[in-house]
Amino acid sequence: MSGQFYVSPEQMMKDRADFARKGIARGRSVVVVSYRDGIALVAENPSPTMHKIGEIYDRIAFAAVGKYNEFESLRQAGVRYADVRGYSYARADVSARGLASVYAQSLGTVFTAEQKPFEVELAVAEVGASQAEDHIFRLTFDGSIADESGYLAMGGKADLVQGQLRDTWHVGAELPQTIAWAVAALQAPRQESAGNAIAGAVPEPLAPGNLEVAVLERNGHEVRGTHRSFRRLPAFEVENVLNAQREA
Amino acid sequence: MDAEQRGGWPSMSAAGATSSFLDYVGSTNPGLLPFGRTLPAGQLPPTPHGTTIAALTFDGGVLMAGDRRATMGTMIANRNIEKVFPADRFSVLGIAGTAGLAIDIVRLFQVELEHYEKIEGALLSLDGKANRLGAMIRANLPMALQGLSVVPLFAGVESGTSVGRLFSYDVTGGRYEELEHHSVGSGSVFARGAMKKLWRPGLDREDAVAVAVEALIDAADDDSATGGPDLVRQVWPVVYVVTGDGAQRVSSEELAAVVHAIVERRTTERREA
Repeated sequence: MSGQFYVSPEQMMKDRADFARKGIARGRSVVVVSYRDGIALVAENPSPTMHKIGEIYDRIAFAAVGKYNEFESLRQAGVRYADVRGYSYARADVSARGLASVYAQSLGTVFTAEQKPFEVELAVAEVGASQAEDHIFRLTFDGSIADESGYLAMGGKADLVQGQLRDTWHVGAELPQTIAWAVAALQAPRQESAGNAIAGAVPEPLAPGNLEVAVLERNGHEVRGTHRSFRRLPAFEVENVLNAQREA
Repeated sequence: MDAEQRGGWPSMSAAGATSSFLDYVGSTNPGLLPFGRTLPAGQLPPTPHGTTIAALTFDGGVLMAGDRRATMGTMIANRNIEKVFPADRFSVLGIAGTAGLAIDIVRLFQVELEHYEKIEGALLSLDGKANRLGAMIRANLPMALQGLSVVPLFAGVESGTSVGRLFSYDVTGGRYEELEHHSVGSGSVFARGAMKKLWRPGLDREDAVAVAVEALIDAADDDSATGGPDLVRQVWPVVYVVTGDGAQRVSSEELAAVVHAIVERRTTERREA
């Protein structure tokens, strides 16, 4: 039997956190942005089937970065939680806050008790009656939970993307403008690395085929007659929006 | 899908991996399901019963209509009840039988379809949906033996097409595809008789609504448990139309016009029987 080395709890937590952070920073970013008529979720994702963005419930969506198998199992658990809750109480009783706190507990437990922490970062968004009532929660690998106002970026070089959104985002914008902001923010890390290589070089713009875009529509019930406000935007619609914005 | 199959995948059974809400709740929280409990011996007091549902296909989709009456023995328990529901975007279901159980089975079925769609990221096929409903009705068989039966009628179009299909069920969960039109519930005999004469191939949407409403009027004429359109309270049948664009409820204005046209025609003709 091999002897056990002593590792201080501080060091152990730090090692775990560094491990998770490294995994999350390897991937590409996802942004969640509130706009006048809802919340837009935009991810850089070349795969049309391995989604980083998903529907949880009537007014709640999920976005994630990190290891696919880990956040996919968390997404499915979230759908189960919301559906059981909505079925046993009422549809109106499912809230993003409740879901986010369940996620936080689950991530926190895995971070301390399991072999390795989840290498994921999650966002839970709930569209409200007005932009001021939108909720966007950020959940990190250690179970920390933060209530973000207006926009959120995570994964990859999240600081750069978040910084870009901070400079451009403001309340009351419409969807096309918001998608253009989000895409510009997702491009910020490439811009920077291109800028470092050759001064003034313009990187390849993000193609609509490499984007995964979905929205939670504030007035989905009036517009589409459904209680489900989540809608994926097909690539051609994203392309039209981006082209129109580029011309404007 | 079922427990044994999951058992082969240790990590998946730990995650409770199933795309079926019914299976998941059945294994984690069976008390939430409307069925699956053993009833003690004893006399069941009267409970509300839903009555007649009629459905028919037309050119471009399928339509389902239900009257608005629930009865409890010889009493009218409710004159506003709704017994036809959208199951998801491309299908609808109507229910006859014990209203309390039926309404919960409808809710369960709606969540089942939405849950699958969210977990898998794809719609179930129409046959898949029809089979899931059959599984729920079969699960309710012990209750049916106690006199609490639920008999649904299911209709929809396969997404991406506009061909309407109809499915009827028996209490054992047996699933039967019906052609042209079908009806369930206490007034179904009369509604079917009416539809046999009124339905014709290539009906358009407007005519199909009129045929369904008239079939329900005929059922209400001869079956005391089926409620006819209530001109005083302005209560019309619930009618859903499913086409390639999705399921849509027919507006009360349109139904009012249809009902008035039928009633006026029968008044001028001075119909007695």
